[in-house]
Amino acid sequence: MTTELRERHGATAETRLSVIDCDIHPTMGSLSDLNPWLAKRWQQHIVTYGEFVRQGLSKTLSHPRMQPAVSRADAWPPNGGLPGSHLPFMQEQHLDPNGVVYGVLQPLRPNGNSQRNLEFGAALSSALNEWQLETWTRRDKRLKGSIAVTQEWPEAAIKEIERHAGNRDFIQVSLPPRSDEPLGRRRYWPIYRAAAEAGLPIGLHVSGVNGHSSTASGAPSFYIEEHHNNVQSMQGVVTSFVLEGVFEEFPTLKLVLIEGGFAWVPALAWRLDAHWAKMRNEVPHVKRPPSDYIREHIWYTTQPIEEPEKPEHLIDLFEWIGWDRLLFSTDYPHWDFDDPHTVFKIRIPEARKRQIFRGNAERLYGLG
Amino acid sequence: MSLPTQNAIDCDLHPAVPGVKTLLPYFDEYWRDAIVNRGIDRLNLDITSYPPGAPLSGRADWRPARGNPGSDLDLLRRQALDTFGTGCGILNCLHAAQMFHGEDMAAAFCRAVNDWLAKEWLEREPRLRASIVVPTQNPELAVEEIERRAADRRFVQVLMLAGDEMPLGRRHYWPIYAAAERHGLPLGIHAGSLYRHAPTPGGWPSYYLEDYVSYAAGLESTLLSLIAEGVFVKFPRLKAVFIESGFTWLPACLWRFNKTWRGVRSEIPWVDRPPAEVVRDHIRFTLQPVDAPPNPGQLERVIEQMGSDELLLFSTDYPHWQFEGEAALPAELPRHLWRKILIDNPLDTYPRLSEAARQASEERLS
Repeated sequence: MTTELRERHGATAETRLSVIDCDIHPTMGSLSDLNPWLAKRWQQHIVTYGEFVRQGLSKTLSHPRMQPAVSRADAWPPNGGLPGSHLPFMQEQHLDPNGVVYGVLQPLRPNGNSQRNLEFGAALSSALNEWQLETWTRRDKRLKGSIAVTQEWPEAAIKEIERHAGNRDFIQVSLPPRSDEPLGRRRYWPIYRAAAEAGLPIGLHVSGVNGHSSTASGAPSFYIEEHHNNVQSMQGVVTSFVLEGVFEEFPTLKLVLIEGGFAWVPALAWRLDAHWAKMRNEVPHVKRPPSDYIREHIWYTTQPIEEPEKPEHLIDLFEWIGWDRLLFSTDYPHWDFDDPHTVFKIRIPEARKRQIFRGNAERLYGLG
Repeated sequence: MSLPTQNAIDCDLHPAVPGVKTLLPYFDEYWRDAIVNRGIDRLNLDITSYPPGAPLSGRADWRPARGNPGSDLDLLRRQALDTFGTGCGILNCLHAAQMFHGEDMAAAFCRAVNDWLAKEWLEREPRLRASIVVPTQNPELAVEEIERRAADRRFVQVLMLAGDEMPLGRRHYWPIYAAAERHGLPLGIHAGSLYRHAPTPGGWPSYYLEDYVSYAAGLESTLLSLIAEGVFVKFPRLKAVFIESGFTWLPACLWRFNKTWRGVRSEIPWVDRPPAEVVRDHIRFTLQPVDAPPNPGQLERVIEQMGSDELLLFSTDYPHWQFEGEAALPAELPRHLWRKILIDNPLDTYPRLSEAARQASEERLS
């Protein structure tokens, strides 16, 4: 699959691109890379107890992935490090040839947002933010960070947001869709207040270990299911934000759903509208049809790009969701990377393409 | 003028057990004693998935003067069958039997519910058929119940809830599917949950509306599970009917499933063709709720994206409130699909219905 992608890339590499990649994964060699920003206690804690989460395996998921490091086979840097760990190689393989004018970082590990020990989680989140600045954004001005927070301890999360709010190297606050409770619930509102006041969107990249299975019937057997169920996580997040009235409370709050797909959005909005119309007396704080809030407050990254059986149906999706709500992303260096040269299998008007590749993200994140 | 739904097959009607006392004659002596001595006959066994008072659970003009929506046969006969000119309707009883943690109690309640359905509904109204309620808590007991009722051809399907202990594709449940296939009974998978697990990957929502909306995601996960585990490879004659699941989410689901399968199909080598093809061969969807798009033309586009005119089966979802008046067929539904949805697709899906229809037409001819 990777070989095939590279050949296609080679054939069209001449095309000049200018993209904002809204999903790039920087990786660290080991947790000790965070030591410069961790108190001695936590450095020792990592060695002694490690990560302590709500699942049977402490360092990886219980659905082993289908590729080493979830990555493209060609994304291992020549220095022997992990894919996504070496800036010069990322520049050479991705940022330069793919015309990336800005790239939004989404570090996935360590997951300070999923630790059962909240103090430890908050320390990890804090260190992860310093690591993003020191290792990435200060070394390549194209790269922008996402503020990691420990959402189960809102006070600590707010401190973290406030610490970085004025720093334009950070452009959003990062939360895991699979938090301990549905994210629209009131316990998380102080975080949204802080984000809205700082003018930062909330970026929700698929992630989070909360002890709940990915389906209402418990854990599925296979990775292919668990991977697809990222969609259901995102649907739960959207439903929760809308029906809890978060957007009524914080009218300027913006959400970015990252790597959760987007083809499902219209059908969810229709379903929400249909049943809200009948049972709105249960949620009187939801004053307008749910689809209104979705249209106004939520953006979606494109990778993995949806592939309708008839490629032209992709246009229906863009029309129904709104061309201004889609943000191009590659998911570099992961295996299901979308190459900007070949991502669209149908002809899309140039102006629309520019919007998705760059314009929408520029406006949303204030990157100009 | 005949109704557009004249002779339709309504694949989702909900009868309600008026109370545990009603079922007492259908238990054996041990369970009758246990139920009375423990006061279970005085318990309210309303299920969380369908609070009887919720607007969705009973359309205002379909609520009886007394008792829960769906508990009155005469009302159902008049409102659900006569009004639409329905030729045949399938009863899907959503009952507490499936919620109990104890397998034996669950099995006893399932037996009672099925026998009550046969006696109080099927015998009194020839247009009705029913689904067999089974204790999924223990597949062995579920199979026993299927075997016990299968000779009665008025039972046309096996009924499960989408939200169970495990994803429904898991091998744990396969004895149930083997029995269903053996008897020509489709597997009816209804929206809702036993609530053994949080209804969303993000935990427990605050509102009923939120849960109800999430049932569609539960069905989507169920679809993935049935296909990924190879249920239809193992049971090639089995059909599953997703009931009250919505269907406008299906195209997006199929596109993603096909795409991910192309990337990681080596994990499930028994799925040797695109998942969308398997779905179109084996899974059907009842019509209500339509969860329709707002603009003209969009619904037709969604149905085109579903890629087959054989997937939808007519349903009113009586007494649940999914539409107003008699508008069970949405106006935007392309006319050329009406007959397929109302009659042909249900007959193709339920072998026992076509067998009855054939018999009826032979009787008319002779």
